[in-house]
Amino acid sequence: MGNTLQQPFRTAVLVLVWGWLLFLVFTPNLLVVGASVMTRDPSTFISLPMNLDAYRQLLNPLYLDVFLHSLYMAAMTTLICLLIGYPFAWSLSKVARKNRLLLIFLLIVPFWTNSLVRTYALKLILATNGLLNNALMAMGIIDEPMQMLYTEGAVIIGLVYLLLPFMILPLYTVFEDLREDFLRASHDLGAGRWSTFIHVIVPLTLPGVLAGVMLVLLPAMGLFFVPDVLGGSRNLLVGNVIKNQFLDARNWPFGAAASIMLTLAMAFLMFAHRLSKRRIGEDGV
Amino acid sequence: MATQSDLSCNGLVRRFGAHTAVNNISLDVPAGTFFSILGPSGCGKTTLLRLLAGFDRPNQGDIYIRGERMNDVPPNHRPVNMVFQHLALFPTMSVGDNIGYGLKRRKVPAAERRKLTAEVLEQVGLPGLENRNPMELSGGQRQRVALARCLVLKPTLLLLDEPLGALDLKLREQMKVELKHLQKQFGTTFVYITHDQSEAMVMSDQVAVMKDGRFDQVAPPEELYREPATPFVAGFVGDNNRLGGEVVSLEDNLAQIRLDSGELVRGRVASNEVRPGERAELYVRPESLVFAGSVQNNDYSVMQASVKTTLFDGANSRVEAENSGSLVYARLPQDGSAPALALNSSIKLSWDPRFARVFGADRS
Repeated sequence: MGNTLQQPFRTAVLVLVWGWLLFLVFTPNLLVVGASVMTRDPSTFISLPMNLDAYRQLLNPLYLDVFLHSLYMAAMTTLICLLIGYPFAWSLSKVARKNRLLLIFLLIVPFWTNSLVRTYALKLILATNGLLNNALMAMGIIDEPMQMLYTEGAVIIGLVYLLLPFMILPLYTVFEDLREDFLRASHDLGAGRWSTFIHVIVPLTLPGVLAGVMLVLLPAMGLFFVPDVLGGSRNLLVGNVIKNQFLDARNWPFGAAASIMLTLAMAFLMFAHRLSKRRIGEDGV
Repeated sequence: MATQSDLSCNGLVRRFGAHTAVNNISLDVPAGTFFSILGPSGCGKTTLLRLLAGFDRPNQGDIYIRGERMNDVPPNHRPVNMVFQHLALFPTMSVGDNIGYGLKRRKVPAAERRKLTAEVLEQVGLPGLENRNPMELSGGQRQRVALARCLVLKPTLLLLDEPLGALDLKLREQMKVELKHLQKQFGTTFVYITHDQSEAMVMSDQVAVMKDGRFDQVAPPEELYREPATPFVAGFVGDNNRLGGEVVSLEDNLAQIRLDSGELVRGRVASNEVRPGERAELYVRPESLVFAGSVQNNDYSVMQASVKTTLFDGANSRVEAENSGSLVYARLPQDGSAPALALNSSIKLSWDPRFARVFGADRS
């Protein structure tokens, strides 16, 4: 029987998948949860007894501020990515097929360069004596260099630059599937451009928007090297806090607790994503 | 005008670069007519339909709907709705919202919208399905929802772009009859495009046969079948045998032709290009051919053919035979009147000359 022949292969695949999940996903996460409820110890990093001090520390207004500021910067990044990515993906889906593949290729090419290197390149552009300031001064638009580096704006620019493709690609997929006939049907039934956009195009592309938002918003909170390079000390992401706790402050329980917070926030967003998916279609006659 | 047409076009032309997709088309569709445009793919029928819907503009010519010029009216302001080939029901909306979509754009209040939606669903035979998602419905049900979505707006003209193409054969047969009934019930003028001649024949009051951007003939289905105006129509609508030969003489609208086999046969003259001494083509339908043994009529034309094979298909059974190089099909009646046919045996096929059509050969 074919089944018995395939048995070894099936077993191998199942072992690989479950082994992967167990040792590389489940166990590390369990270790993080474990670390978060331990006590900080300068020499062994963590020690007994178990307590919730780390989580209590998270409620410290200082960290709450960092979290909110981080969320704000990530949200701005997502919004800007969406505003650029939506029309970009739309036009991309309209380009002749041959050129389209070239454009997608160009979109992906930067990924072949390490993102840390690209962030440093951005630093050269934004610096006080950098390319952008020099160019603006040469054109006579400004008289003296603007402070662009080490601002909130610089962090957001860096995040948008790194994450924009993650917004464009899922949007492109939904726009590519969007059949022209839906737009014609809407037009034919009496809707103008705006009405068609709101009632037909947006709902049909919403899955792409949500996928793009999740792919941008969540990583945007964690890309700690972007504020490290571009943001100075005031514009921290949750990722920076976590990194600092593990590498500098040596407070593993707190770092672990912050990681779990971030994971929970992600889980919540994914849950909201599923809910919103179920709600689509209730336009209410 | 005594009776105003719902749709009338004159001299419509639409070019794409060097290609003329719609070439000087004029048509006139009286109110309440089921009008079909029948043609092979690439004949320009979809382009024509898009001109009527307003998704595209003609390079020349005018479109009038109930006497009003439509050329510069965008699709959302035309009294025209369209059922798309793949229906284009919005998957993000319920059946009720799909049907209510056009009403909502017209700012019909919600209560009225619900009432009209329920009514039209009842009329297309799908009462109470408002809250279902179109994707959960069967092909035939979706078809009706797409119709209802248009008909609820009470358009002057309903355009249908081969909507039955995606259905399986059985359902398609059923929907043909259904569509015709719905058209009569609503009294809306339908313009239906298809490449399936059976769809066009069964449903339509008038059929326009389109080829290379032009109408070859516009006529009721029966006339298309009995009196095709061009060789293309003769070959495209229904089945036809084509026999080449030379015109010998003309008398009383009948042409006598010498077939390539040397036999003299007759058929009705269908075009001006039929002149004595010139090549011509005689079209005679398989169902017009009878086995010579069973008829005794001196007016009938007779031709010899050798049996190649029999194609048994119940009531549609046919015999394939050969007459000096050209294949001829004849209906094989299943009432016991057909002779037993052995392979390569010679048979005599005869026909009433009034049921055969003769066209000048250089035109095809």
